[in-house]
Amino acid sequence: MKPAFSVIFLTTLIGAGQGLLIALVLGQFYLGSESGGFFALGGVLALVMLGLGLVASVFHLANPQRGWRAATRWRTSWLSREVLMIPALCALAFLYTLIHAIGWAPVLMTFGNGKTLDLPMALGLLVVLGSVALFVCTGMIYACVRFIRQWASSWTVVNYLLMGLASGFTLAAAYAQIQANALSGFMSGAALVLTVAALAARTFQLWLNARTKPQSTMKSAIGLHHTQIRQVTQGFMGQSFNTIEFAAPGGAETVRGLTVFFLLVAFVIPAALLLAGLPVLAFVCQYVGLLAERWVFFAAGSHVQNLYYQAKG
Amino acid sequence: MSKQLALVIDLNVCVGCHACVTSCKEWNTSGWAGPLTDENPYGKDPTGVFFNRVQTYECGTFPDTETIHFPKSCLHCEEPPCVPVCPTGASYKREEDGIVLVDYDKCIGCKYCSWSCPYGARKFDPVQGVMKKCTLCVDRITDMTIEEDRRKPACVLACPASARIFGDINDPQSEAARAIRENGGFQLMPEWGTKPANHYLPRRKITTILHADELVRVDNPLKAESEKPRPAFNTPTIDGVSSW
Repeated sequence: MKPAFSVIFLTTLIGAGQGLLIALVLGQFYLGSESGGFFALGGVLALVMLGLGLVASVFHLANPQRGWRAATRWRTSWLSREVLMIPALCALAFLYTLIHAIGWAPVLMTFGNGKTLDLPMALGLLVVLGSVALFVCTGMIYACVRFIRQWASSWTVVNYLLMGLASGFTLAAAYAQIQANALSGFMSGAALVLTVAALAARTFQLWLNARTKPQSTMKSAIGLHHTQIRQVTQGFMGQSFNTIEFAAPGGAETVRGLTVFFLLVAFVIPAALLLAGLPVLAFVCQYVGLLAERWVFFAAGSHVQNLYYQAKG
Repeated sequence: MSKQLALVIDLNVCVGCHACVTSCKEWNTSGWAGPLTDENPYGKDPTGVFFNRVQTYECGTFPDTETIHFPKSCLHCEEPPCVPVCPTGASYKREEDGIVLVDYDKCIGCKYCSWSCPYGARKFDPVQGVMKKCTLCVDRITDMTIEEDRRKPACVLACPASARIFGDINDPQSEAARAIRENGGFQLMPEWGTKPANHYLPRRKITTILHADELVRVDNPLKAESEKPRPAFNTPTIDGVSSW
């Protein structure tokens, strides 16, 4: 598939934004329901990431002026569900940021063991739920495309979740270090664990994809029961949507080279930088690596329809 | 069963002349579904929107090969995977006749439907920024001002070999349904469960066995009526052998 930069930026930016939101709420929980400016400013940072992602997504649409219509088919389309979840999460994150900024923390519930649930924590839990739901929507957009066997797997959703969390926690570690916050160590540790987990899951999917077999063959494509079928001509000598959208520029060598690149730059080097106590550098490095990862994700997807487009002429 | 209009394409008849390709482009670029824009049409690397293409395949190893001309357009699936994934509802399947269409006024050009079609039937128009596809010439087959026997898709009317049959495949009496039933009509990539409405009729082996006595007929009437061999010059005539 042809990688679209709009979608590469959209998925990496909102992934890091969602991960950051989850990191903030977990940090808040870790510190024992703390509130205040650190979380408010962190919320603003996450909102910026989500907003930039939304801006990138607009560039993917050929007719963005009717983009609002994309919210109408949420019953059947994961894309529509994502379109609804992004603004919903933005709204929740905005409320979360606002409540922390004004420091309003009324107790909502008291549990049997004497612990309490205050408004910032309750909103935080909603933000976590929303973020996870958005990860599932984004992952499912690709995982439900049956005709691209490299995507049609639950590991696609797992990877979107893990890579988003890893980059979000690395960003949170960088932010905590700049703010000299007490959460710095917690965030760095969590980011390290998640980065290693994301590396493991992504490598596993690479391994799976190297072993998958195409479900359709030339036999079923043209319904001819012969073991040797080759295309003489696809019917035209120029290009068409079918030969542009479903092919990756650069071919298999670029995909192989960039795979090694992203495994190092998105996971291995950031993990080392996190261990060395350089989370800011780790985030920058990891983000660049994840851009390459997303490019490879698209480029490595081979669509069933390519069976019909093999011979120019 | 509800009506399902479709094409039945006879692979045994198609000669690969591309008349359906050009007539499709001509009708649809100037009609309801148009324009089917071309980019750089006379330049080095032309691209353009075509709803229908004829592809050519070869099977076997030389010299024992067979050539198959294979016209391909939208198959108007009974379970179209491209429709539910559309986030705007621009992509839809008509209840009344089963034609899968795109509402250009609702399409946002996200191309997601094209990913969900295993046949590569959807064609994105980068100029208008909307997804386009074969409409089964919906503007032609429903036009009551055209005489009834001409209310067929442009490709069907253009085919000089009558390789394309148009009709309601759910009506057992229709020519299309009968062709599928009686000639072993099949669907493309049935493994995906898309239930394409368009069917193809398979290649049929045509062999003629000739025996030597069929090449030279013993009772050839031409032989009886043809001119008899002339007698040699010294053959006796009837006058020479008869005493009268």
